[in-house]
Parts: sequence; structure tokens; C-alpha cells
Amino acid sequence: MKVTLPLTDTDIAKMKAGDEVYLTGTIFSARDQAHKRLFELLKKGEDFPVDLKGQTVFYMGPAPTPDGKIIGSCGPTTAYRMDPFAPALMDYGLKGMIGKGPRSKEVADSVVRNKGVYFYAYGGCGALYAEKIKANELAAFGDLGPEAIYRLEVEDFPVVVAIDSEGGNIYG
Amino acid sequence: MKHIIERAQIYHALKAGIKETGVVLPGDVKRALHQAIEKETGPAGKVLRFIAENLESAERENMPMCQDTGMVVAFVEMGDKVEIKDAFIDDIIHDAIADAYEEGFFRKSVVEDPLNGRKNTGNNLPAVIHHELKKGSDLKISLMLKGFGSENCSRLAMLKPTAGREEVIESIAKIVVEAGGSPCPPTILGIGIGGTMDYAAKLSKKALIRELDDSHPDPWYAQLEDDILKRVNELGIGGGGLGGDITTLAVKVEKFPTHIAGLPVAVTVNCWADRKTIVELKGK
Repeated sequence: MKVTLPLTDTDIAKMKAGDEVYLTGTIFSARDQAHKRLFELLKKGEDFPVDLKGQTVFYMGPAPTPDGKIIGSCGPTTAYRMDPFAPALMDYGLKGMIGKGPRSKEVADSVVRNKGVYFYAYGGCGALYAEKIKANELAAFGDLGPEAIYRLEVEDFPVVVAIDSEGGNIYG
Repeated sequence: MKHIIERAQIYHALKAGIKETGVVLPGDVKRALHQAIEKETGPAGKVLRFIAENLESAERENMPMCQDTGMVVAFVEMGDKVEIKDAFIDDIIHDAIADAYEEGFFRKSVVEDPLNGRKNTGNNLPAVIHHELKKGSDLKISLMLKGFGSENCSRLAMLKPTAGREEVIESIAKIVVEAGGSPCPPTILGIGIGGTMDYAAKLSKKALIRELDDSHPDPWYAQLEDDILKRVNELGIGGGGLGGDITTLAVKVEKFPTHIAGLPVAVTVNCWADRKTIVELKGK
């Protein structure tokens, strides 16, 4: 199915684990270090430098952008490393996560509790995903380089529903 | 007679090899992936098709196939008759890596201190370089771009000396189950058996240099490789962990004598993006 971002509750309710989905709209990159910082801001009760409520984050740190291109190679990174931080972010209001590989029970529970979704993106397919990104700008934590948060405009970005809002899970 | 090698011969060949393998998957791995696409009957089929499409994108756009262009692991086999003119081999390897990563728009993924600060070195250096001094006048440098999604799934099992063949196979299967969909399957498994804890781990990396469609020179180990492959592909993990028949494309084993009290088994898990290059400069 084709889905326009930000995710709506109606679209999320339709998504079942194993469904192939093509996303169009805005997503935000964030990986290990950005998650650690967001988590610390949450703990202190401070605002995020970028509003992620209702948004979808992509666990990704890109390769450098070649001349004339929008972004460098940019596939998903392994998701379980974000597991210690993800439930708190989902409870804060995040709706979607994009990464690769299985998640902890705590993350799966937070997906169900918040009626969100975890998408699998095709691991290692960095060149293919670069072609699906139509705009790329720094959103926060610029000092982190490839681990910063980037605002990305994507078009027909291919993913698979890995954990759905009712707890359906392709990883069992 | 000494075999004199110029710095430029090594540097240019290595740099070109690194830039190539970050973008274009080696032929043996491509063949294995295409065979997997033919055989796969599970939901993972779509993962394999996207991987094939991604390889085309990478070649068309001259862009790294994966954003994790890895940490470089190199094996240097240098003959005792080899002399490199006015240069130190590790410096040449490091120069080739730094320049290839810059020119190829590869991500620099190495941090200077693993614990304190984790500041990126900015040039993907240093590499992990293993040296073997050999008799003769040949120089062979084998090098891989090792992604860390898969490296994090690599493990070591210090088995009992009485464990035997089946227990070795099961300990490897357990590691593959634990890795699940995280290391970007279909994977390639490099396995080091014997030696000491560190040496088994090193052999597990060295095994990954071999061509995927070659056969172990020792028929007993060739059969072991086949049986491990069969066992892990029964697990049903499949490409991307989505479920399927092909969890692993190939299994390569390297062995070494060990102590009466032990049986080290090291498994390096590599993702399907099995990027490697070999530079060989033969003496007369």
C-alpha cells in the first residue's frame, strides 16, 4: 500500500505485519547518539530541538553526499541498539520507526500501547534508498555529523510492516 | 634475489580495489545472491529482489551499495624476499584506505577511542591489519570492508575438547539464531576452529577472504562447510529475517592445531554486502 506521511491512525490501523508499504512525505533520521541525547532531554523534561510528535524516525547515518546528489548511500541500521530509548520516544508521541532487525518486547509493547508501527527497511540497500530521497536538510544535533537528525523528504520509500499496532510481528 | 616493489604499485591497486568493492559486489557474491533469488520461496524473496535492485542503483549512480562502508580488515602475506622501496606497508595501506574513502564518498565509521569520547577519526583509519611473513618473493594483501551490523553478531564459543562435530554445528546454529535478522542476512559465515581464543577469531576473518564458490581443500572440512550451511538454512530466518530458505549464502572454515584441553570456535558473521579485494604482486 501507498501511505502519505505523517502517519494517520486510520492508515496505521490498516497496516498488518508483513505488508509492503511505500512511504511518501517527511521522515527524520536518528541513530545511536541522537537517541541517547533525545532520551536524556526526555528524562530532564526538556524540549526537543525538533518536534517529533506524530513523526517517523529512520535509523540511519548516511555516507557523504556526492557532488550533485541529494544524499549519499543511506540504508537502515540495526534497530535493537535503539531499544533502550525507543519506548520512551514512542510514549512521547513518535508514531513510526524504520530500521532493520528484531526489537525487544518493551519496544513491541510500546508500539501497541501507542498505536504506532515499526517498519523494516531493506538492510544494506543504501544506494536504492538514496534514490527515494528528494530533499535532505539538517534538523538537529549538527555536531554529530552522520549521526545528526536530518529532515528527509521521501517518495515511494519501500518498507515492510515489521511490528503492527496490534502486536503482529514478522520476527515472531 | 629481492623482489623490489614500489609504493605506487600497492597504493593504486589497493585504492582502486577498495573504491570498486564498496560499489560493485564481487562476482562470487553476486552469483551466490542470484542463485538465492532463484531458490527462495519464502517472504524473504522480496528482500533478495530489493538487494539486486540496490546493486544496480549502486553501480548506476557510482554510490556505495551500503552506507556502512565498514572498518577495513587487512591480511598481509609478505614473502621474506619482498622489499618495499622507501615505504612502510601499513602506511601504504592506510593511505589507500583514507583516499579511497574520501574519493568514493564512503562513510567514515571509525572512532578513535572505543570508550572515552568515541571521536570519529574522520578518515576511517586505522584498519585492523594482520601480518604473515612467508617464504618467497610474493606479496598478497587481502582486504575486506567489514560492516558492523553483522560484526556485532559475531561470537566465540570455547567448546569442550570432547564436543565433536555435531556440537560445533549446533553452537554455530545457535549463534545464527541469536543474530536473527540483525546482521542483514543472507549472511556469509567465516569460521575459525582451533588455535587459541584470539587466533580462532582471526581465522574466522581470514576465512571470509575465500571465494564463496570454492571448496575447502580438505574434503572432511568441505563436507563440514556444506553441513553447517544446510543446518543454518533450515532455521528459516531468510533474507532480512523475513523468513525463508536462504539465511546464509556460504560457510567458510579455517582450522589450526589446538590444545588438548580446548576447542575454540569463532564465527564472524558477514552481511550479504561481502565486500573484499585482493592485491597480489608476484615475484619472479
